[in-house]
Amino acid sequence: MTLAVAILPEQQLAALNAAYRKAVARKRLRLLAGFAVFLAALIVASIGAEVNLRTFFTYFGNFISYFDRILTLDSGQRVWTNVGEWFWGWHKWLKLLGETLLISYVGTLVGSVFAFALNFFAAENTSPAAWLRFTVRRLLEFARTVPGIVFALIFVIAFGLGPMAGVLAIAIHSTGALGKLFSEIVENADMKPVEGIRSTGASWVSCMRFAILPQVSAGYASYALLRFEINVREASVMGFVGAGGIGQELIVAIRKFYYSDVSAILVTIIVTVFLIDITTGWVRGRLFGKEART
Amino acid sequence: MSKPQEVNSAEIRARYPDVFNRPGSSRLTTPVVLAAALAVFVFGLIDLDFSPSRLISGLSQLGWISMMMIPPDPGSSLPLYLKALGETLSIALLGTTLAALLALPVSLLAARNVVPSIILRFPVRRFLDSIRGVDTLIWALVWINVVGLGPFAGVLAIAVSDFGAFGKLFSEAIEGADQKQVEGIRASGGSALHEIRFGLMPQVLPVIAGQVLYFIESNTRSATIIGIVGAGGIGLQLAEQIRVLEWQKVSFLILMILVAVAAIDFISGKLRFAIIGRRAVA
Repeated sequence: MTLAVAILPEQQLAALNAAYRKAVARKRLRLLAGFAVFLAALIVASIGAEVNLRTFFTYFGNFISYFDRILTLDSGQRVWTNVGEWFWGWHKWLKLLGETLLISYVGTLVGSVFAFALNFFAAENTSPAAWLRFTVRRLLEFARTVPGIVFALIFVIAFGLGPMAGVLAIAIHSTGALGKLFSEIVENADMKPVEGIRSTGASWVSCMRFAILPQVSAGYASYALLRFEINVREASVMGFVGAGGIGQELIVAIRKFYYSDVSAILVTIIVTVFLIDITTGWVRGRLFGKEART
Repeated sequence: MSKPQEVNSAEIRARYPDVFNRPGSSRLTTPVVLAAALAVFVFGLIDLDFSPSRLISGLSQLGWISMMMIPPDPGSSLPLYLKALGETLSIALLGTTLAALLALPVSLLAARNVVPSIILRFPVRRFLDSIRGVDTLIWALVWINVVGLGPFAGVLAIAVSDFGAFGKLFSEAIEGADQKQVEGIRASGGSALHEIRFGLMPQVLPVIAGQVLYFIESNTRSATIIGIVGAGGIGLQLAEQIRVLEWQKVSFLILMILVAVAAIDFISGKLRFAIIGRRAVA
């Protein structure tokens, strides 16, 4: 076997080298310029956000000691030495946690039903009219851009304090988020079955029911479950504005400095979120095969 | 062309028994699951105090509120609102950057191809999960206790809660990277740090940059609300105006948030495509 490494003449090599260096230098310059702009933006932002490193370092000890405090019982012992004392309110907390789960369940279900009703109008390939698509899309956009807790604040005034406001807020936000995702699934669906069914003289509704729905229903279920997972987290803070669930108890504990209660409630929330994540992940895996989480 | 065959449904049924004669258990699954879901739903409605009368009176109240919102009007506090909006954008930018800087080293520890030992990886992952399990608003409350009310608490809250999300996303990006480059560097005698710096980082940095930009975008949304618990930004103004029932100002603030989020969406989308190219995002 003969191996030959081509060696270019000196002059040609120098020219190529120079071109390479120039290209690299230009790339470096662009990177540097981008970095400088970013740094400038950060500096402006840190003035805007009143960042004060001295405060931060003075009080950073507080952050550490905060965890120390929430992990200490009134008696001065560590929380895990007396679990019964730590979770003294477990009866009440579990009930509130159940309420949180119910809020997110009912909210997600209502939201997905509305999203289901609207998504065919929002998808490019199935919408009966352009103006309808435009309207529905703007509506969904509005519903998902306004944060859920803002809706909750307004609903608490309209519907009164309590979980009802939380459910409605979650339902509206889920409608917006799921409507977009659902319509994207529909846009990816194969249109040949629709043509087949339309050629038999079927109406628009039958086309959706028999041609689109069988292709997309598994995707719908997967996204709805993912949304449920997100909504559990969201429902855990709905109580901050008086819209039901465990958040109410948590904000009271934080504001009134019931330190060990804070950690106990946080632990229950984290464990619940874990369990929901694992369960819905398992169900989604079974429904949909292995799919990357988005 | 041959004439279409006469369709004989009995024959088709006989030919495809699996389609027409499914066992009862598999036929029952769907209705049973649906009935159970509906039962929980109805139980939920009752348990959460839903009643038609409350719903109707609430809706009419809501209609009244929406009427009061028109036309949106900032009154005399427009400069204040613009300042608050700037504060919100600053919180989102700083919080996300801080989170990304902190999460990068930690995400290496959580990636399977960097740290093969599960004993080391497991606690890091659970740590990131627990941080993520706590909502940004809760972190905001914790930081308010530490550094006091104001936007700085918001920055720290976003930084901490995104740290959890970034740690997971970055480590997934690192796990998805091609191992051949790393092996090449190991073969040429590079140390573990060289492997990461020259084998992994060039592959994952564009992915990470895309994710960071996306998070700046979505954090603009989170930053609008952390003001509700007192951590600065436009949420503070919004919550105040809702509490004093100044509906025209409320609708103006909501419009401001919508416009700001749309603008950030647009800019960061452009930047994202410029950094990683169109193909990688889709």
